[in-house]
Amino acid sequence: MTVAVLALQGAFIEHEQVLNHLGVEHIELRQASDLKKTFDALILPGGESTVQSLLLHEQNMFEPLKKRIEDGMPVLATCAGLILLASEIEGQETSHFATLPVKVRRNAYGRQLGSFHTESEVKGIGKVPMTFIRAPYVSETSPDVEVLAVVDNKIVGVRYNSQFAYAFHPELDDNTQIHELFLRSISAKS
Amino acid sequence: MEKVTERYELNKQLAQMLKGGVIMDVTTPEQAKIAEAAGACAVMALERIPADIRAAGGVSRMSDPKLIKKIQDAVSIPVMAKCRIGHFAEAQILEALEIDYIDESEVLSPADDIYHINKRDFKVPFVCGAKDLGEALRRINEGASMIRTKGEPGTGDIIQAVRHMRKMNSEIARIGSMRKDELYEAAKQLQVPYNLVEYVHENLRLPVVNFAAGGVATPADASLMMQLGAEGVFVGSGIFKSGNPEKRASAIVQAVTNYTDASLIAKLSEDLGEAMVGINEQEIQLIMAERGI
Repeated sequence: MTVAVLALQGAFIEHEQVLNHLGVEHIELRQASDLKKTFDALILPGGESTVQSLLLHEQNMFEPLKKRIEDGMPVLATCAGLILLASEIEGQETSHFATLPVKVRRNAYGRQLGSFHTESEVKGIGKVPMTFIRAPYVSETSPDVEVLAVVDNKIVGVRYNSQFAYAFHPELDDNTQIHELFLRSISAKS
Repeated sequence: MEKVTERYELNKQLAQMLKGGVIMDVTTPEQAKIAEAAGACAVMALERIPADIRAAGGVSRMSDPKLIKKIQDAVSIPVMAKCRIGHFAEAQILEALEIDYIDESEVLSPADDIYHINKRDFKVPFVCGAKDLGEALRRINEGASMIRTKGEPGTGDIIQAVRHMRKMNSEIARIGSMRKDELYEAAKQLQVPYNLVEYVHENLRLPVVNFAAGGVATPADASLMMQLGAEGVFVGSGIFKSGNPEKRASAIVQAVTNYTDASLIAKLSEDLGEAMVGINEQEIQLIMAERGI
């Protein structure tokens, strides 16, 4: 199995380090020609969603990736990645991939002073460390979306078919269980 | 109560999210919107860009809080602002504005010729400039959670940023190749604590994210700095002092992502209009990089 990590901007190297640690093969997606490589799953890392979306379009990667996600390719999205997947973004008329039927609020905890670290439950795993950096949260979900994590009454982790999305950054903490849960779900399917 | 170290970790981690991105100097909310639309991962809110500070002369200070607030309202990406070296009262004001990052910057007139700000006293993160490893580690010891090369701001000349990045890289390599018992002497020479030198020895990198700044004017400049090991770039005067800011900004953003793809960067470099005029190293009256070492 090969996992592709979207490597346009942000903390993609941190995800690659987790994959290295878990012994999972991976490639980087930086431009359209990278999409010709073989990969079975996708990671959308943290960073700035506005920048990543712009680069996806400029590098002609947006439509092909959207199609693959719609066709069921497993995706693990963190922070900015959650915003890229969400079908609705509060205060904005447009969204990005819109493959995940949830509404998100960007910068939901305010500016950098609102960033925080905590520990909380993720369904199917138990307690994990959670690092929120200028993070979004999920404000509404469609009924067929499974809620995986809630912190302070806000939804911060969801699953919809093969798409796993979190408002926090599992790639920044030593705990690799979020990645392992994602990888297990792929091998269970295949 | 929140632990100090936890806040510092969160601040280092915000810098990690900015990696692979371009931070652009802006002087109005309109410019901030242009920068965001062109793909800036953060903006630096300034009253005057470095090239104009250089041209105007005189004392240059923290920006008007009203301007900073307007820029904060205009964009959703992180907003940074500069305070003078050692001017902790300006930094306190910026923290009260809930700025996302403070740049304790040599671009402004220094307020203190001996002491930098004790950045550990603050909850908001700081980025500081450095010409070499010693400066970088001294700033980190004072609490900086991100480093950038000083380069030479407002010149459009990349030579000094290159010099600073190469110096830092070669010093990191030298520390990495030392025997452990030699690190104590290295710490003494660099005037930094042993634990920071030990970190560099073990990890062959700075303990925080390191961007290039000071003189980046073209997509090729951005590519050069990324290939030399920068984790992202600051572009100050290079964008809004050029003929076509939107196009140049977007080209630099794309060049940072695909910094090794020369044929793409060739395409990105076409028809960018006039680059900022620039000042050669020999013509510079004021070396800002000499401020605060």
